[in-house]
Amino acid sequence: MNYEGKKRIWSEFQKEIPDDRYFYARSCIRQNFNPGAEQAFLDIVRNRFGKDFYEDPLHTTCGGIAYHSDTTPEETSMTIIARQFSLMNQAGYRNFVVSCVTSFGLHTEILQTWEEHPEIEAKIHELLWKACKREFTKPDFLMHSSDMMYHYRFLISEQARYPLINVHTGEPLKVVEHIGCHYSKIFPSKSVGGAEYPRVLAGLVEALGGSVVDYPERRHCCGFGFRQYLVKANRGYSLTNTYKKFESMEPFHPDLIITNCPGCNYFLDRWQYVIAETSGKTYGDTPGYGIPVLSSEEVSALVMGYDPWDLGLQMHQVAVEPLLDKMGVQYDKSRKYKGVGGKDLGIPASPANIRIF
Amino acid sequence: MELTNQQRNVVIIGGGPAGIEASKALDALGYTVFLIERENRLGGHLGRWDRLFPYGTPADDVLGQMTASMGRVKWFTSTEVTQLNKLERGYNVILSNGLSVLADALLLTTGFTLFNASKKEEYGYGIYDKVITNADLEDWFSGIPVPAVGNPRRIGFVHCVGSRDEKVGNRYCSKVCCATAVKQACEIKQQFPDAVVYCFYMDLRMFGRGYEDMYLEAQKKYGVIFVRGRVSEVSEDKDGHLFVKAEDTLSGKPLRVTLDLLVLMAGMSHNRAVDPIARTLALSTMEDGFLKPKDSLTAAQASYCTGVFYAGACTGPKTLPETMAEARAAATNIHEYLQEQ
Repeated sequence: MNYEGKKRIWSEFQKEIPDDRYFYARSCIRQNFNPGAEQAFLDIVRNRFGKDFYEDPLHTTCGGIAYHSDTTPEETSMTIIARQFSLMNQAGYRNFVVSCVTSFGLHTEILQTWEEHPEIEAKIHELLWKACKREFTKPDFLMHSSDMMYHYRFLISEQARYPLINVHTGEPLKVVEHIGCHYSKIFPSKSVGGAEYPRVLAGLVEALGGSVVDYPERRHCCGFGFRQYLVKANRGYSLTNTYKKFESMEPFHPDLIITNCPGCNYFLDRWQYVIAETSGKTYGDTPGYGIPVLSSEEVSALVMGYDPWDLGLQMHQVAVEPLLDKMGVQYDKSRKYKGVGGKDLGIPASPANIRIF
Repeated sequence: MELTNQQRNVVIIGGGPAGIEASKALDALGYTVFLIERENRLGGHLGRWDRLFPYGTPADDVLGQMTASMGRVKWFTSTEVTQLNKLERGYNVILSNGLSVLADALLLTTGFTLFNASKKEEYGYGIYDKVITNADLEDWFSGIPVPAVGNPRRIGFVHCVGSRDEKVGNRYCSKVCCATAVKQACEIKQQFPDAVVYCFYMDLRMFGRGYEDMYLEAQKKYGVIFVRGRVSEVSEDKDGHLFVKAEDTLSGKPLRVTLDLLVLMAGMSHNRAVDPIARTLALSTMEDGFLKPKDSLTAAQASYCTGVFYAGACTGPKTLPETMAEARAAATNIHEYLQEQ
């Protein structure tokens, strides 16, 4: 492996990332499954770094899941996204950041389509006006939230309380970085680092003290693939792809998987449970526990000293405690299943083969 | 007063096979020929190759024969054109060695550059140590150490790297890569008889005399495994072996193989060194950057610019015999042009 070769490729896929003043659009999946990730993102950029990230309660889903499931036509997604841009215009912002990788891919695809087919953009102006009497102008910059974490990586590093270093060995934690397909495989030039050797998470991991695992199936899809999962009969295909990745990364004994995609995060996490329950096999450095799968914001927040349970890390299937112990994170075991105001959330049923705390 | 041929100067830019052959032909016709080569020796890419398809002829022998007698040709290596001015009749060519030549005709034989294989990021050239190019392998055949080669047991060749590929802007076929891959696959089997050798191809374009025989020999004598399908990505496993994904389009199945060495058949790209000359003389180029001849069928050696001619791979990928034939044709075209002046 020639690191210099990677650096040469990265130099060709640089992206101008404005430092401040963004309109923020949330992710449907994350709001439901890992809401702490988005909360942490906003808290970090606003309260730790003092940046202006605006969120409008009137914004909606981008329609990406429906679009990629072939249940809505592209014009519908375009009109929904045009409305988001209209909200951004109304709030006085020109930079747009989305929390979801599929949403990022869809926004990029739509902006590119409008660039190449102005007549389609004109049609969407009409449709938006008919639907809700709104006008819009396109953003100057479109970012994904992982672009922002990459952009702020040295600020995060400056405030690091628990870097990605194993406190018992002093060695960097071995981190698998998994990039959602819709981040750079569709439009490599819109990403940090391109499609083949994406830099966006690798750069963050390195800045936070970890080392990146370069395993053979690192480019492979997580297996979600929308119709692979959403059509029930295809779920075996989804699981097979995830299994392939875990088998490939197994010899490297990763401590952590970091992702920038809500879907990838969910499936790399939950399918470990299914694999364990169906085959008895678990992966990772701590036998019986699996490999924790966290988003770039969750990892950043953890490194910066956020409480793991306030971050909602108990919402993940794979227990994070072995990772917390390696990082030396101080946490209260008894708070794991407590909600707001100490409300008892109940302890989940314990699976047979993948252990929880 | 009518000028003799010897009083007429022809400047040839590019000292590869086309330039050498054309310079000798024009010299034989009595013209004063200046052959300019920016590298420190004549021969172009031929000088870096070990053996040539389809019969394994040593490239050095061919180049040696070509340059054995350069006649009265004034040839300059490590020399570049620094300035080029169009005159009322002919051109003023100023060279980096300080020489200024009034040329009655110009012949561009600037050839090609080997496609930069690192642009095909998915193949990992420049990233993974065990991924090399056809040119690197020729170096190794020539005795130049290439540590990546080692003692491989499983070897893959990827055809069409940077050719027939819209993604890198090269839609054309580079013509020589299929035959080169088959030649190199046979040669590597000679070196490592127990190795398993795969060729991943799109089509096999074995159009020349003797090429098909070479292809059959690769299968029958050397047992090279030909897989019709492109490699999609290359990775490295924990032990440093290459993990290669491809598709076998004949069986309709994806394929994964672990290899010790992967050879990328880098194709031909247009030589960017000719771009300043093309701009100065307002020469037409094609969308892929190669120079555009006046007519690809009836005036393939002529340009749109009076007194400027082309030969060889400056107008697109060519085999060596095609290059040589074009060089001789260009010499004849220049002779006819000068006789009409």
